[in-house]
Amino acid sequence: MTKKRDLRIILCFLSLFLMMGIFFLLNLTNGSSHISISEMFDILTGGGDVTARKIILDIRLPRAAAALMLGGALSISGYLLQSFFGNPIAGPFVLGISSGAKLFVAAVMIYAVKSGMAVNSAMLAAAAFAGSLAAVGLILPLSGRVKGMAQLIIIGIMIGYICSAATELLVNFADDSNIVNLHNWSMGSFSGIDKDDLKIIAAITGTGTISAFLLSKPMGAYLHGEGYASSVGVNIKLFRVLLMLLASLLAACVTAFAGPVSFVGVAVPHLIKGFFGTSRPVIIVPAVFIGGSTFCLFCDLAARMLFSPLELSISTVTAILGAPVVIIVMIKRKRNGGL
Amino acid sequence: MAVLSLKELSCGYGKKVIVKGIELEADAGEMICLIGQNGSGKSTVLKTIASMIPPISGSILIDGKNRSDISRNEAARIMSVLFTERVNYDRMTCFEAVSAGRYPYTGRLGILSDDDKRIVNDAMKLTKTYELRDSDIRFISDGQRQLVMLARAIAQQPRIMILDEPSSFLDINNKLRLLGILKKLTATKNMTVIMSLHELELAKQFADRLICIKNGAPDKTGTPDEILSDGYIKELFDIDDEYTYEISDIRQVIE
Repeated sequence: MTKKRDLRIILCFLSLFLMMGIFFLLNLTNGSSHISISEMFDILTGGGDVTARKIILDIRLPRAAAALMLGGALSISGYLLQSFFGNPIAGPFVLGISSGAKLFVAAVMIYAVKSGMAVNSAMLAAAAFAGSLAAVGLILPLSGRVKGMAQLIIIGIMIGYICSAATELLVNFADDSNIVNLHNWSMGSFSGIDKDDLKIIAAITGTGTISAFLLSKPMGAYLHGEGYASSVGVNIKLFRVLLMLLASLLAACVTAFAGPVSFVGVAVPHLIKGFFGTSRPVIIVPAVFIGGSTFCLFCDLAARMLFSPLELSISTVTAILGAPVVIIVMIKRKRNGGL
Repeated sequence: MAVLSLKELSCGYGKKVIVKGIELEADAGEMICLIGQNGSGKSTVLKTIASMIPPISGSILIDGKNRSDISRNEAARIMSVLFTERVNYDRMTCFEAVSAGRYPYTGRLGILSDDDKRIVNDAMKLTKTYELRDSDIRFISDGQRQLVMLARAIAQQPRIMILDEPSSFLDINNKLRLLGILKKLTATKNMTVIMSLHELELAKQFADRLICIKNGAPDKTGTPDEILSDGYIKELFDIDDEYTYEISDIRQVIE
């Protein structure tokens, strides 16, 4: 039986990789101008038509790479938060972390435009990170005080509303021309990410994901409850701090570069655990990353192609696909005993 | 030398003392039971011994060494626990659950070696849960889950095991099975067991020593024969004369 289980996991990984590869290629070939696969390989190996080269290398490749990395980062972030709160619907969006990041990004954008500074991506990343941590800083002390996890989620949603309201307030006092960027940003999109951004994204996502993977052993013990984890030798205080920092870092990175993207962090870990048939973090952490990449590549493809040439915001697609997953999970949870 | 000694130990939460003045010298292979009323602080004492909550004052020594001077990992190789912690389990097989007990022995990523797997399998066979190894932990009965948790504690290969009311949700067969396994481990592996029990008749049969906790302090300590006589139990539990007194089986224990 154990052999069968190992085989299943290997097959799952293979098929995930395959799907990720297919969606990645489809993201490169599809768009307002269709580029065939053979042409694309010419381009990737240094040949091809000049215009097509520009489209692939400057627009589609960075965008697909961004969707791949940020989708993975967002899913890992959601998975870490679910482990931390022991709650199946915890995620950066649900807990108000994305909204906190949005508020800070909005403040920086409006302030920068007013004072005539150019907004660079490092500033946005810093603002988003500060905003995420601020939201986490509000939720954490409360999480110790509330008994039920359902209450915690409600608090997270309320913090999200407060941040959104504060953002609206800022926007009201800003000139229309100043907030065009913000509006575009808050729609959520993987477009407009350049190569320098990609380097920063790769650095943060890579560090965050590898660190999360290295935490998979204590995460495995944590699945048995906090008291048990401490009894087998987990330093609970340190572990919680690391988990929270990583989750915020990854969520902040996504929010800074792609804007708020909803439901990926909640939906992907559940889909992956169901697909792999296990919750062992050492398998689930990498699987969640690849699953998140695949999910976001697919959603971005849908966002671009569904009503082409009109482009949807990424959250429109992720919410339509992700929210039902949350509902299904909740119903299933109830069936086997409580939230 | 005693495996575990408690000296002037006071336990509680924050600054609030719940049980004070605990003295104990537990030897290898001994089985010690804490008895007392609901809410008398048995769990608090056990949690303190297991280092889940810090002691308020006094000291805990393992092999004569101060508990706080022993590293987390080393401590986890010496002591394992079985507490009733409400956990919303995720998708997990019983084998995976028992494997958690190998935590202090595995490397950075917690990958099981062949040796680890053999130890996990042995623990499951010993607790008669081997057939459940591929079952999902969420879908087995409470009694089966408790035996899986026992296997998890055994897989940790401890010299001291701390259990909080381990037999509470079990039927009589599983109660006897669980305590029988513990007794066997004390006899064959020289393991020391410290646990709380509500079933006095089982404590009488299995324990080497009883510690009775009442009004925030150990009230009396001794062998089951010493404790379970002279109507002391009636006093310990403040049993009202109007109830249960007519039932002869219960009278056997409480008088």
